[in-house]
Amino acid sequence: MERRSFLKVGAVAGGALLVPVFGNAIAAEELLNPMAVQFKKSLADAAMNAATKAGATYCDVRIGRYLNQFITTRDLNVEDIVNTESSGVGVRVIANGAYGFCSTNVMTLDSVADAARQAVAIAKANSKLQTEPVVLAPVKGVGEVAWATPFKKDWRAVPIAEKAEMLLAANKAGMEAGANFMRSMLFQVNQQKYFASTDGSYIDQDIHRLWSPFTATAVDKTSGKFRTRDGLSSPCSMGYEFFDCKPENRIKAAGGVTTLYKGAYDLIEDARAAGRQAKEKLTAKTVEPGKYDLVLSPEHLFLTIHESVGHATELDRVLGYEANYAGTSFATLDKWKSKNFKYGSDLVNIVADKTTPTSLGLVGYDDEGVASRRWDLIRNGVLVNYQATRDQAAIIGEKESHGCSYADSWSSVQFQRMPNVSLEAGKKKLTPDEMVKDIKKGIYILGRGSYSIDQQRYNFQFGGQLYFEIKNGKIVNQLEDVAYQSNTQEFWNACTALCDERDWRLGGSFFDGKGQPSQVSAVSHGSPTTRFNGINVINTARKIG
Amino acid sequence: MKMLTQDEAKRICDKVLSLSRADECRVQINGSRNGNIRYARNAVSTAGLTQNTQLTVSVAFGKKQGTASINEFDDKSLEKVVRRAEDVARLAPENPEFQPAIRKQEYKPSATFSEATAAIDPEYRAEVAAMSINAARKQGLIAAGFFSDTTGFETVANSNGVFGYQTLSNLGFTVTTRTEDGRGSGWVTRSANDARKFDAREASEIAIEKAVKSVDAKALEPGRYTVILEPAATSEIIGRMFGAFDARQADEGRSFLSKKGGGNRLGEKLFDEQVNIWADPWNPDVPVLPWDSQAMLARERADVIKGGKVASLDYTRYWAEKQGQRAAGRHGNMIMAGGGKSTEELIASTKKGILVTRTWYIRMVDPQSLLLTGLTRDGTFYIENGKIKHPIKNFRFNESPVTMLNNIDELGKPVVIGGDEVRFQMLIPPMKVRDFNFTSLSDAV
Repeated sequence: MERRSFLKVGAVAGGALLVPVFGNAIAAEELLNPMAVQFKKSLADAAMNAATKAGATYCDVRIGRYLNQFITTRDLNVEDIVNTESSGVGVRVIANGAYGFCSTNVMTLDSVADAARQAVAIAKANSKLQTEPVVLAPVKGVGEVAWATPFKKDWRAVPIAEKAEMLLAANKAGMEAGANFMRSMLFQVNQQKYFASTDGSYIDQDIHRLWSPFTATAVDKTSGKFRTRDGLSSPCSMGYEFFDCKPENRIKAAGGVTTLYKGAYDLIEDARAAGRQAKEKLTAKTVEPGKYDLVLSPEHLFLTIHESVGHATELDRVLGYEANYAGTSFATLDKWKSKNFKYGSDLVNIVADKTTPTSLGLVGYDDEGVASRRWDLIRNGVLVNYQATRDQAAIIGEKESHGCSYADSWSSVQFQRMPNVSLEAGKKKLTPDEMVKDIKKGIYILGRGSYSIDQQRYNFQFGGQLYFEIKNGKIVNQLEDVAYQSNTQEFWNACTALCDERDWRLGGSFFDGKGQPSQVSAVSHGSPTTRFNGINVINTARKIG
Repeated sequence: MKMLTQDEAKRICDKVLSLSRADECRVQINGSRNGNIRYARNAVSTAGLTQNTQLTVSVAFGKKQGTASINEFDDKSLEKVVRRAEDVARLAPENPEFQPAIRKQEYKPSATFSEATAAIDPEYRAEVAAMSINAARKQGLIAAGFFSDTTGFETVANSNGVFGYQTLSNLGFTVTTRTEDGRGSGWVTRSANDARKFDAREASEIAIEKAVKSVDAKALEPGRYTVILEPAATSEIIGRMFGAFDARQADEGRSFLSKKGGGNRLGEKLFDEQVNIWADPWNPDVPVLPWDSQAMLARERADVIKGGKVASLDYTRYWAEKQGQRAAGRHGNMIMAGGGKSTEELIASTKKGILVTRTWYIRMVDPQSLLLTGLTRDGTFYIENGKIKHPIKNFRFNESPVTMLNNIDELGKPVVIGGDEVRFQMLIPPMKVRDFNFTSLSDAV
């Protein structure tokens, strides 16, 4: 589920905004000093020794230091600047065939050893209600290794004033172009994660992510109407070079209706377009409900992939572990075992990976020490695999885990989380403009809007940011009040054309929520502009009071 | 670290305030101990305990403000967190909307703490899970549930002499029980501030009954139906509406409460006259802190909707000053008046209708009309001649809470609801509503 776990940071600050809490606020100058690897190794060894002595048959230790900076602006004011840090150790064990977990923010040898013993005690207590023992797929220890997100410009070293100026310049551009109000934010994340396990791995990773969302709002006081247009950027695993947008990073949308971005982002340019388009939405034509051929841009389609394929192929959901909250899945094991369940048309090829450059899922190893990889979920339209962790791999006949384990903090227990799940580009040469040329009655949708899907991932309803009517091969005008409703299997089987590799781009979700208590993770979804035939479109305009 | 007493918390606040060299200083300390147990496929999957105490310091030099926080409390750490906040404040640009620290407030205590909830231990949690799992197993069903309890305190203080300290506790429980073949699913939710008001066995039995009765659901044509919405099915729909009661959004023309031509719709009748909703921090069923943690303003009992009319809007201190209004503490709970009937009694008086247990994945489609979409889940039944006739397939709805609260036939007896994605503690009645708009069918069970 795409949902944010929001709490208040800087709750006592006058202009405090809702931003996610990851830890405690810290001074910028302290962000750049990493914890010594040898210190982390000694803590991990202390925990693993204590756990083994107490009767654990397996133990892993995650030592985390999570550094974040959030900047929030409203119109021409900076509302909040928050630096956060959170450090601590989480210990997971298996004893008597059951899991136990305990975490501490006191980073001494005694404290982590004590946490390990508590984790063993919890495992033993949990084993009494256990029906079958936990069995982990084998992982070969990799010894002492390190991995880091490739980046050119460290966000932690860019002055706060420069970042605030960029956000305010974007707000100004949006307001000059037609928006009455602007809000923009910059989320910057650095996860320094150390993983050790009794399998013999000591893995030190340094992970960086960025996102700069905004909303432009246009108001017509006379008619009482208001409309918004959100930014079209994708969150990414990159450094601050993300904002060095060059001509080759700019892509003209079909019909030249707006500019899109790949590999870098011009926040100010997109804000200017948003201000103009928010104003245009006030007078756009309201959609006639009915069946349309949809042309979905990657900036929109990523969320449909996320909800209707990403979550549906999570093996823990399929097995019932998320039944009480997120739900289960229609993509049941019998459908997979049949080897002929047509999830989509023959053109639909969907892959999972944690290896795509600049993607949010990009890491060297997961939170069980499994090296990142790429595998098929849907090949030629047929469901061929799921997303699994070490304790699930055997259920689907895999010898190794897919490397899908993740915890959002040192203090939370790792579990199965979605890798990048992406739709492969079409093999035939096709541009978005050429795709539009073939359509008699259609709608071109860009950007992420309203989204909702049932707990087994059958029935969904999605909206976007920008809608354009296609008539007889031409984009004729902007539309409003559009949402499409479909069923996952019907929708993917209605896929009739995909643009080629040149048009393939990543979109992503920065705060994907799952679990109880809820944890967030970040994940990307790539796709080309894609066509779906005969999809049901509803008109969402309503009159109240 | 252990929970701070009022005296300990006061000492820390005084120390922090004395360390500050800024024009003003605000302090907040939150401490909590959260225990939980999670189970699925009739076995415990995780159990945990998290304890944390956090100090947040916000200082200002003129209109330049900085915030820092820490979870260590020795003298050196207190000094460090104050200096960090001061460093950030010096780097921050001036905020033209900055509001100085508030004057001293009167905080009338509310009963947010329960000894019975604070006494919950791992054995209690394991017992809740075992009770739920064993009851499901006996019927050949599969249970997945989550029980969570929190005990804590909050302290607020500032350099104008504001000081507040109060302890709090609460618990939440949800369980989904499914048939082995996946054709039936039932759910229940319970929340309470006092563990003595919670009965895991009674709750689990409801989820079991709904699972068994929901097998063999029939498809009904989408359309407008009379519905009986259980309180858990409307909490998020209503909660999302109150997220849009902000006066500034309304005055700026970007809310369903904006008036055509300018201004807001305060005082207008937008809902059925049976709709009466208010906030009251001292309500014994849904008590909340007597202050708003963000602004430190004292909370008040306030009508929000009275006789179907918009009775008040939320003002920030900045917007209140600009508009010549008075700002009070943001509400922490929402209480909706109802009648005396139970859900069963509402069913008994219904000729034709649909009973909705739970709604799911509710999202805003159009903030202009507050149009929301979402789905029914875990127990949707067709009612005929006062009785549940048979289970039906789940629906997607597209409906505005404004329309829903205009189409009320009858209200039942309010119950306590803590929503998944709603910031309010709520006391909500089951509702019988006409013409609720279901737009498509879902195969999900």
